[in-house]
This record gives sequence, structure tokens and C-alpha cells, in this order.
Amino acid sequence: MDYLDGNVLGGALGEVFAVDVTAAVGWCASCGTSGAIGQAHVYTDAPGLVARCPACGEVLLRLVRDDGRAWLDLRGISCLQLALPAGG
Amino acid sequence: MARAAVLGRLNWLIATVSAVRDETATARTIVLDVPGWPGHAAGQHVDVRLTAPDGYSAQRSYSIASAPAGSRLELTVQRLEDGEVSPYLAQILEVGYPLELRGPIGGWFVWDAAGLRPVLLVAGGSGIVPLMAMIRTRAAAGSQAPFRLVYSVRSPDTVIYSSELHERQARARAGDPDGVSVSYVYTRTAPPGSDVPPGRIGPDALAVAGWLPGQAPAVFVCGPTGYVEAAADILTRAGHDPGRIKTERFGPTGG
Repeated sequence: MDYLDGNVLGGALGEVFAVDVTAAVGWCASCGTSGAIGQAHVYTDAPGLVARCPACGEVLLRLVRDDGRAWLDLRGISCLQLALPAGG
Repeated sequence: MARAAVLGRLNWLIATVSAVRDETATARTIVLDVPGWPGHAAGQHVDVRLTAPDGYSAQRSYSIASAPAGSRLELTVQRLEDGEVSPYLAQILEVGYPLELRGPIGGWFVWDAAGLRPVLLVAGGSGIVPLMAMIRTRAAAGSQAPFRLVYSVRSPDTVIYSSELHERQARARAGDPDGVSVSYVYTRTAPPGSDVPPGRIGPDALAVAGWLPGQAPAVFVCGPTGYVEAAADILTRAGHDPGRIKTERFGPTGG
């Protein structure tokens, strides 16, 4: 099955977070590999968006939105490193 | 890593089409006026939303093609025959029409105009669009970062931004630092007189036209998923640090 990459998550995650998450570094809870969320493999032909680790293929993140609500499952990411806005 | 800007909530904006320009038989540039546009970095994209009278709506991501210029924004859309959104944008949309979009989006696949490091751009098909934004932003910012572009196309008539790229390449050949070195890989039909047979991108195309790994270029690869995988693999095998290779894929779901 074909996939895109984490850059495509920017708009949907931008509805939830106040900082850009695609440039954040995430650690895979399954294999420990770290990388920018923008480089995750993203499958869009599901009810939501599913991001997988490019190294081991495990699910990093799932985002489903419907009817004014969003469900965000981040259990595949053990840690997120975010750049804080200047002055933060 | 560059510090992230505070985006606040990403809001939908209503843009107005101020011009359209055919780039190839199937690709069209849409020039938009977006009141309230906050500016963008080269490589970022927007989400475009179309809503039917019955409320059905479809949303797609499109790369920004232009350098930042006030409320003016350019998108280039490749028409996909069975697409839900791109045929409307590439064929039906006219000057004066409104278009709903939000952005700028993405802080990863971005070239920082203050950077001095050499840059290698690798484009497959309409993957040229965000890379063209980098080339245009470099020119607008007066950056001296050396740029090289390797652009894979099916045939000469599918080259987007053909005359602009030709002009920048001519300047590079004349030794003008504003120029950009451009080389093409033709995957189906090569131009008459070409000494390279058509074929997929290979190590030679990137080795001849690109920078050596020791020059530590920042690499941006954009194209269909299979193309991006192949190009990134070739570059990594040639010794380029995977940490300096940024990729953006688009796929059949993008129509």
C-alpha cells in the first residue's frame, strides 16, 4: 500500500497544537528510532490518519476527526521533542 | 533546529483567484490574493478545501510555488484524471473565483533563506513545486547559497516552469551567482539529440549533477513515493548523511 509522509499531518495537527509538530522529533516507542514527524510514513486511506515509524513500521500516531472532535492516539511515540517559540 | 513559530490555531482563509497560467498540458499555476496571509517559508504547503452545495467537502494539500510576497500566493496544480479536487483547480477555477485554504503548513520540509550551505534539489514530476519556491525564495532573498536541481520528467513537454528554469540555468552557465544549475532526467522520452537514453533516475544522474557528500549539501527530495524512496536510497548509498536529506512524498491519494 502506498503512503505519504508526516509533512501531510501539518494541517490536521495544526488544528490541535499551537506549534508545528511536523518539525518535532519523535522517539518510536517500539524500536527507539528517533526522527522528525515530517518523515514518518503516513497512510491516509483510513478513517483517520495513521503515521508509522519508517524504521520498524509500527504505528506512531493516529488522528481521527469527526463532527467537531478529534481523537489523537500517541501511544506509539515515547517522547516528543518540540522547539519552543523564541522567548518561551 | 530552527525555533518553531507560534501558529496559534490554523484558520481557514478565503482567497481570490487573481490569475491562472498554464504550465504544461496538465499543470496549471493559480495566482491567489489571500487577505491576512501571514507569509511563509519555502517548502511549506496549504490545505485547500472544496465544498459542494450539499455540504460534501474534499480537502487536499498543495505546495506553495511562490516566494513570500505579501498577500500574493501561487500554487501549481497537476491535474489527475480521476482526482476529486485537482480537475476543478486545474480546469474550472477562473479569475475572480474564491478558494478556501489554510496555511502555511509544515516546518520540516523547509529551506531557510539565511542558510549558506550548498543545496541539492531533487524533483520528480510535480514534486518540482516546493523546490521552485526554494529557488524563487533564494533569488528574492539575494542568497548566495549554491543551488543545483536534478529534475525527473516523463518527456520535455512535461517540464513545469520550463522557461524560468532555462533562464536560471543560462545565468548559472554564464557564471552569475544568481543562476541555478539544472539537469534533467527523462524517464520516457528524451529530447532529440540527447546522449542519455530515457530511464529512471540512477546514481550517475545524481553523482554528475549533484554535490559530493563531502560538500555536505542540504538535500530536498520531492516527488511520488516510489521516486522519493529511490532517490533517497541512491543518495544515502553514495555517502550523503541521511540526516541532511529531507523528503516530501505525494501519492495517488493527493488528487
